[in-house]
Amino acid sequence: MTQTNLILPAADRRRFLTGGTRLALSGAAIALLAGNDALMRQAAAQTPDDVAILNTALGLEHEAIAAYELGAKSGLLKDGTLKVAKTFMDHHKEHRDLLESTVKKLGGTPVKAKTMAQYNFPADKLKKAEDVLRFAAKLEKGAASAYLGAIPVFQAPALKTAAGRLVADESMHWVVLQNALGESLPDALAIS
Amino acid sequence: MRYPKAAAVAAATLLLTPVALAEGDPARGEKVYERCEGCHSIERDRIGPRHQGVVGRKAASIAGFAYSPAMKASGLTWDEATLDRFLEGPTKLVPGTRMGFAGVPEERDRADLIAYLKQSGG
Ligand code: HEC
Repeated sequence: MTQTNLILPAADRRRFLTGGTRLALSGAAIALLAGNDALMRQAAAQTPDDVAILNTALGLEHEAIAAYELGAKSGLLKDGTLKVAKTFMDHHKEHRDLLESTVKKLGGTPVKAKTMAQYNFPADKLKKAEDVLRFAAKLEKGAASAYLGAIPVFQAPALKTAAGRLVADESMHWVVLQNALGESLPDALAIS
Repeated sequence: MRYPKAAAVAAATLLLTPVALAEGDPARGEKVYERCEGCHSIERDRIGPRHQGVVGRKAASIAGFAYSPAMKASGLTWDEATLDRFLEGPTKLVPGTRMGFAGVPEERDRADLIAYLKQSGG
């Protein structure tokens, strides 16, 4: 479908080649990995955007948890698919916890989950198991793209890596759901 | 061996045609929109604001949506040109935006996406 651009735009390439990331940022990455909170907060003060991006991601995880809750409680999923939905909800809870603690460590305030009513999910359109699975699959694929799109904008290298791991989880969810729906195997480079 | 040459010329002509002038394809744009659906939907506010009627509306104008100070102060109105620039690099056009997303690098994808947004304008 989309012509995939594997080549970095010129400006990014230059930055990449010259290693132009500020020293403090690699400091943030090291601190994140080593759990040095003070050092990390100091670095975070220089990268407020990272905290904002983490909070956007956290909002996405809150929504995913609520969506699976809706699906699990719908009564439409049985046995195997219900187990899959519950497992993926747990994954999203792990992501949420990880993002929350990272936002806090960076001195930010984690965004809170909305109420189920505030999410305003299209619950009336979920009439059979297939609808629930399609709804979840769409959210998962979107989440994979969202994390992919976060990688270049995160400043701290450790956060880029974390976003990469989240892309992997969300695409794994998407593929399993597609499979449950009986869809064909995904194309190469399906997440863009 | 005339045919391959002609095909090559045709392909080169296609490549050289400025895409900016081409009208976007909304059907293709709907596929590109899958990249936005982690955070947005056309009808409802989610992580990002709803997109219904976005073409032609002022930035940060959905009442009750918690926009970033940066987006509120941007002074932008979303038309084809501003959307194209925003989607090419959201954090470049609006530094400090909460839309922490690298953007849509391909010009054609952006044109199709904007055509889709226009079509779903409602
Ligand atoms: C990671 C989540 C995320 C993804 C993915 C995302 N957006 Fe956004 N978007 C947001 C957020 C959050 C805002 C509000 C930004 C602010 O207030 O700074 C926003 C704002 C916008 C706005 C401004 C709307 C207004 O009311 O002023 C447009 C237009 C937009 N996004 C288009 C898109 C398109 C098109 C895509 C897909 C290519 C996309 N977004 C992908 C989160 C996202």
